[in-house]
Amino acid sequence: MNLGTIIPIVVVVALLLVLVVWLVRRPSDAGTLDGVVTPRQPEVSEAGLRERLSKSRRGLAERLTGLFARDHFDQELWDDLQDALIAADVGVRASEQVVEAVRQARPETPQGARGAVQDQLEALFAGKERELTLRRSPSTILVVGVNGTGKTTSIAKLAGMLQGEGKSVVLAAADTFRAAADEQLKTWAQRVGVKIVTGRSGADPASVAFEAYELAKTDGLDVVIVDTAGRLQTKANLMEELTKIARVLRREAGELDEVLLVLDGTTGQNALGQAKAFTDAVGVTGVVLTKLDGTAKGGIAVAVENELDIPVKFIGIGEGVNDLIRFEPKEFVDALLGE
Amino acid sequence: MFDSISDRFGGIFTKLRSKGRLSEDDVDSVLREVRLALLEADVNVAVAKTFLARVKARALGAEVTKSLTPGQQVIKIVHEELVTTLGAAAVPLNRAVAPPQIILITGLQGSGKTTSAAKLAALLKKQQKRPLLVAADLQRPAAIDQLETLGRQIGVPVYSDRKAKPTRLVKAAIKQARTDSHNVVIIDTAGRLQIDKELMDELAAVRKVADPDETLLVVDAMTGQEAVNVAQGFLERTDLTGIVLTKLDGDARGGAAISAREVTGRPIKFVGTGEKISDLEVFHPERMASRILGMGDVLTLIEKAEEAYDQEQAEKTMQKLRDASFTLDDFLDQFQQLRKMGPLNQLISMLPGAGAALGDVQVDEKDLGRVEAIIRSMTPSERTDPKTISGSRKRRIATGSGTRPQDVNKVLKQFSETQKMMRSLSEGKSPIPGLSIPGMRATKPKKKKKR
Repeated sequence: MNLGTIIPIVVVVALLLVLVVWLVRRPSDAGTLDGVVTPRQPEVSEAGLRERLSKSRRGLAERLTGLFARDHFDQELWDDLQDALIAADVGVRASEQVVEAVRQARPETPQGARGAVQDQLEALFAGKERELTLRRSPSTILVVGVNGTGKTTSIAKLAGMLQGEGKSVVLAAADTFRAAADEQLKTWAQRVGVKIVTGRSGADPASVAFEAYELAKTDGLDVVIVDTAGRLQTKANLMEELTKIARVLRREAGELDEVLLVLDGTTGQNALGQAKAFTDAVGVTGVVLTKLDGTAKGGIAVAVENELDIPVKFIGIGEGVNDLIRFEPKEFVDALLGE
Repeated sequence: MFDSISDRFGGIFTKLRSKGRLSEDDVDSVLREVRLALLEADVNVAVAKTFLARVKARALGAEVTKSLTPGQQVIKIVHEELVTTLGAAAVPLNRAVAPPQIILITGLQGSGKTTSAAKLAALLKKQQKRPLLVAADLQRPAAIDQLETLGRQIGVPVYSDRKAKPTRLVKAAIKQARTDSHNVVIIDTAGRLQIDKELMDELAAVRKVADPDETLLVVDAMTGQEAVNVAQGFLERTDLTGIVLTKLDGDARGGAAISAREVTGRPIKFVGTGEKISDLEVFHPERMASRILGMGDVLTLIEKAEEAYDQEQAEKTMQKLRDASFTLDDFLDQFQQLRKMGPLNQLISMLPGAGAALGDVQVDEKDLGRVEAIIRSMTPSERTDPKTISGSRKRRIATGSGTRPQDVNKVLKQFSETQKMMRSLSEGKSPIPGLSIPGMRATKPKKKKKR
């Protein structure tokens, strides 16, 4: 602990900030809504782009097939392989690592390289606990994430799944911020047939979570699933609110059985930052990767597992109650590589 | 994980600056780094390729060789091309051929359509328009309630009908708008995947009925490579006229903006910058370009700082600095402002020069709490004049704040040293190289610009 150094640090930072505010001229607004501005006629893409895009739309599968059909190795092949992985949102760093590992494996033919990519990706997902560990009674599952990733829908699906396994579930509508979020969860609770605890709009989310836990205890229910408001990981005050919810629940329940982070499968590299920040704040134990029913590959899962070692536990593949399934690494890699 | 980008650019550009002429290899080496920055910002791989080809063509052309500082010229070209790609000027909403002006809001699930619809309504209302919101999302449970709640908040009526099909609902809503002389109709639709044929058919049908002046695609700034497919899919079925980029208050670099813009050729008209209804702004291509290149930290910081400090406070603090009358109370003030802006480590990493000045410090947030507790356990007079704090007072403060007397000592000692440092600052000696405090030598009491 070095309390002393904090004073000069805070002062210097504050000084610099004050200076910034004081000095910086913000760029003047580039135009107003109805102001007369000359819209730039968009020059729609050169001929090449459309073709390239359709290439990217063909998906990783075909790209890889074409790639590995070549008869020799050259730098271009490795570059193209990396591009193919990046195009699936695997990210620059993780795809570099995969490509490097494949190179190290020295496949004899480009076809052999494909198998090496597969092995490499599967190895990356291997050896992690992907089942929910619900040890306590009642068990608590805290569900967190940024806005619009599909938390509420995933919770409904999860509740349906647990109920199908013979568990009794209560939902805590602790998103007291977004307009009508509790209505949305209520509708789902009715559809799935589970109990729900709601608070007034603007109520303290921690108290809603607490109430649900108390209800589960008195009624002898098995699982409490807490829905929280979506929050961007950069908002310090909202992240603080989240740690408070977790703290209150931990105080009552001893420990949270699961903290699930819901990531949107169409999200790019920002998902890594999300996973990191939510883990720092509330200790994420698993990821739910949603919206994989589109053309998004969810390659960000590779980066998240690779860099942060957090297992993906479920994936969302549609709007129906049953469209949440357990994450199967092999199937995921097959889908990513197209087989 | 992104902090290396600015550094990386910094390094490369310095290298280029020192050269007189650029070879193709030089240009390639810069563009390799630019490519990485673009990909890490989620710009689509194919889009990045075309973009870099454009930059290269320009960089190798006469423009550069004639220029005196070729390195700077390349930087300029990259930035300019980005700005041009993003759309050089703000584009206003399309006017209605005949009122009411009809705006159709579309996008994937969770991109922020409902919130954007309400924000847009509030913005137009502020401009003396009479908007009507139409709740045509009949898929997501409680989407109508959400829009109705938002409508009440901003005082804009919401047309809904839980039983009708979207096409009939929209037709009826527009008729209603004419009767009630609304001059803007904003239609919120259900989120859908661009490959969901059934729902895309429905959207195309709604569009046909509504005959909108403006069809906006709402794109989440955090979207990855998929942005091109989404944009193209919606463009094909709905003939988009513009893009709204949401969740820009996060730290996503927002490469999706380039992807969506390049694929559709449609302008980005608005950006969502927060959860408050007023957080919808006209799009600034320059800011976006800097952000995508990873040079946006300073801009973000300025925005954060401006939220925390107003001009008056900044003036007051500067004044205190000048006459070196900074007390523990002032310190506490500053401290609280800073904590509002986020973790201190994050702030330091965003401040150009601060990392170097402070020697790569890592601040433990717990220690911050302790320092605050110590100062709060002092009486007001002790805070104004810490010299009066005797041994027994130190023990009292330590007990009050749950720390040890030696901790209190440390804080006091450091504070007095900091005061000394500020005194030397006010005499014009800056502790941070390259940073001087304007007005410090009392030579130019010039009035500073107002925002």
